[in-house]
Amino acid sequence: MLRNILIALVILVMGYMFYNTYSNYETRTELAGISQHFAAQGADEVGAANLVTAIVVTYRGFDTLGEVTILFLTASIIAFFLKLKDDDFEGKIDHRETSELLVTASQILIPIIFLFGIYVFMNGHLTPGGGFQGGAIIATGVALMILANPNVKINYHVIHWVESVSGVSFVIIGILGIVLAGGFLDNKIFGEDSLGEFGTLFSAGAIPIIYSFVGLKVGAEISNILNKYQKSQKEA
Amino acid sequence: MNNQILFVGIAIVIGIVSIVLSFVAIHNKKLSIAIIAAGVVSLFASVLYLLMAAPDVAMTEASIGSGLSTLIFFYVLNKIKRSDA
Repeated sequence: MLRNILIALVILVMGYMFYNTYSNYETRTELAGISQHFAAQGADEVGAANLVTAIVVTYRGFDTLGEVTILFLTASIIAFFLKLKDDDFEGKIDHRETSELLVTASQILIPIIFLFGIYVFMNGHLTPGGGFQGGAIIATGVALMILANPNVKINYHVIHWVESVSGVSFVIIGILGIVLAGGFLDNKIFGEDSLGEFGTLFSAGAIPIIYSFVGLKVGAEISNILNKYQKSQKEA
Repeated sequence: MNNQILFVGIAIVIGIVSIVLSFVAIHNKKLSIAIIAAGVVSLFASVLYLLMAAPDVAMTEASIGSGLSTLIFFYVLNKIKRSDA
């Protein structure tokens, strides 16, 4: 009884909050405040054709560092709770036979998926996408690889190295921004006037480099989580 | 104008399907069906993001929300089932 009353109360409060948002809503016809500055000056200041990337990596670069840290923390917590031993990585898993279709399709698709993931994070400053999306796409390729052959050996030493080196490089490039440019994660580390031609691959200063490291780190991290879950399936 | 009506129509259909599938995900007794329903909700959400001109968010939602998290849920479900028996 009390439980139902509490549930009804929560729903009512939520409804009131949403109603307030809805009734105060009015369509804006122009940007206001800081978003106007981003839209008007972003292309000149950062030199990235994709304004979302300019905001995520440069104007709000510190938040991106925080997100990468949270993902690292998640991977660490999962590794902690799965409690894998070294011989878990060696043993074989009994599994139902994988279908012929999945195996054949995965052989064709996996290289294309990896290539697409790399394309997405290399071109994060030009087209939609970026480090996180590219890394997640690479991880789906790894997921397909595991599904097609559940006993596939993924070299986790390589994954750990890629993850650590790209994480450290991300922070080092951020600190180079303090030394060579205006502040932490500033993208003008190659000089004030060398942002490159707007809309080409080698433009927007440090953004393609930072996003490549973020993409590698995210891809390695999620692949690591998937690999650990796969190896943890063995124990009864 | 016609385009806008089409957009709103697709958005409403996706919204209704998402709500129905969310109820399936909550109330179904079989956990594997619930996981798949939750994954399909994510997939529809990513289509909705694409319609609302946010391709960056749509990419993340499609790969993480409907791809990887569904897979991880299945891993965990498998692990729970084994340690139950």
